Amino acid sequence: MNAPPPPLAPTGRSQTAGDLLEVSMGPHHPSTHGVFRMNVVLDGETVVKLTPVFGYLHRNHEKIAEKNSYLGSIPYTDRLDYICSMTNNWAYVLSVEKLAGIAVPERAEYIRVIVGEMTRLFNHACLAGFLLQDMGALGTPLMYAFREREKILDLFEALSGSRMMCNYMRFGGCRCDLPEGWPEKAARIGAGFESFLDEFEALLTGNEILRARSEGVGVLPRELAVNAGVTGPGLRASGVNYDIRKVDKYGIYDRFKFRVPLGERGDVFDRYMVRILEMRESLMILNQALHDLPDGAIIDPKVRLRNLRPKAGEAYGRIESPKGELGFYLISDGGPIPYRYRVRPPSLINLTVLEDMCMGHTIADVVIILGSIDIVLGEVDR
Amino acid sequence: MLGLGILKGFMETGRNFCGSYYDPERLTTVQYPEERLEPQANARTIPFLIYDGSDPIGGLRCTACTICEQECPAHCIEIVKDTAKKPDYLGKMQLHPKVFDIDTAVCMECGICAEVCPFDSIKMDQVFERAGSHRRLTLHKDDLSKSNEYYNKIHPAEAAAVDAARAEEQKKAQARKAAAAVPATP
Repeated sequence: MNAPPPPLAPTGRSQTAGDLLEVSMGPHHPSTHGVFRMNVVLDGETVVKLTPVFGYLHRNHEKIAEKNSYLGSIPYTDRLDYICSMTNNWAYVLSVEKLAGIAVPERAEYIRVIVGEMTRLFNHACLAGFLLQDMGALGTPLMYAFREREKILDLFEALSGSRMMCNYMRFGGCRCDLPEGWPEKAARIGAGFESFLDEFEALLTGNEILRARSEGVGVLPRELAVNAGVTGPGLRASGVNYDIRKVDKYGIYDRFKFRVPLGERGDVFDRYMVRILEMRESLMILNQALHDLPDGAIIDPKVRLRNLRPKAGEAYGRIESPKGELGFYLISDGGPIPYRYRVRPPSLINLTVLEDMCMGHTIADVVIILGSIDIVLGEVDR
Repeated sequence: MLGLGILKGFMETGRNFCGSYYDPERLTTVQYPEERLEPQANARTIPFLIYDGSDPIGGLRCTACTICEQECPAHCIEIVKDTAKKPDYLGKMQLHPKVFDIDTAVCMECGICAEVCPFDSIKMDQVFERAGSHRRLTLHKDDLSKSNEYYNKIHPAEAAAVDAARAEEQKKAQARKAAAAVPATP
């Protein structure tokens, strides 16, 4: 009597039962961008199941913030998405301003836009570098991106005293004014970034290896992206026109002229390309903001940084951080510390569609699909 | 043509490689222990305490008000008040810290202590080479105490503003004292 035929694997190839291989990738793996682990079930080289495991970098961010004053949480927000501390500060102070009804002087709003767009510039450049690193372009694109990032970090150090943990924004404005000659230096570095982008695109966008590795890989369908709550470049690469800078017009974003780049297919290449195009739009915003930068106060002198006691109530402030919608939900009971403090981290929510994007692709593609989501584990685990 | 994109990419790499010999924009590496960059005026690392005059402990500006202790987000400052009072630069009687410890293993160098200090006593230092073979990560009052001249050296603009404001206040206090000393005319 003949044995029954072996079951078909999802890939369509015949497969003898029982030789699926489960691989634990991470938590210390160069391609997982931090302490992140994926349990991948492989059929040959093809992924049939993927479970993300995270929490290795959990450090009680939300609970600590519920024990600290409103001011004391600002340096902790630097450490959420430790690449983009400025936008984290911004999202948090925006929520507190909403909660306490604090107005922000014009100059401070402009400075926030300038540093926020600079953050987006180097975050996207570094992400492209890391993505190429995952594809096997060891070093070169990443080093070029880091070279440009260093210039912006030097500006941040001159401004706030620290390169990455800026702790710069305060409710009602910013901590200190721009140093002498800072806007001119920023304009020069912005112009240099423009030529760097041309160079970066010549190096990468037409590259056949990049296209072969990324086109048609990790497709995120539009409906799934919307239903899963994906935000940021990942959502726009799937063709959904949703940018909080346009939707909410928080701060003074209604004053700037910029476009929102959209992808068509939602694959890894689109996610890469949307980021490159977004950098060009960021440069446009940066130039407009530096051009219109008004004089005046940088912080409302009436605002109390210490012992801020907002009226009892709740507020949710959100911004378009380089990774997506970064929101802070705060509840005040009238006391000096928040009753509830909750972060809506874009990295974590974008990560939830990882399995859907990876199904049926090879393990080598999983690495670049994860890279194209742009996660930072400081924010995923909090 | 297949491979054209790769060739273009190689041209960029070649341009960067050649440029790194003459273009400072393309070669930004600093050979650290041998070469050093000047720290930026705003740069901050761990906090330190300022003293006036020549006595590093007696001249401390700190009045042990414990605002920094309460506001420190990482709660790395510990202050124990001394019971004896001493006159400060305005002639007011003020408390002094008996113990002022900063646990630098916990300190995250955010600068909030310096921001909230009403006496301009605690400021941010710029030392960054703090590695050593010892395990002394908690700095005490005598480790933290540094002169006002040192503060003027590392943060010149900020320190000049602080000194000017303090001199102004001192002048006002002296004027008040003089006015109080003059007996009222009958």
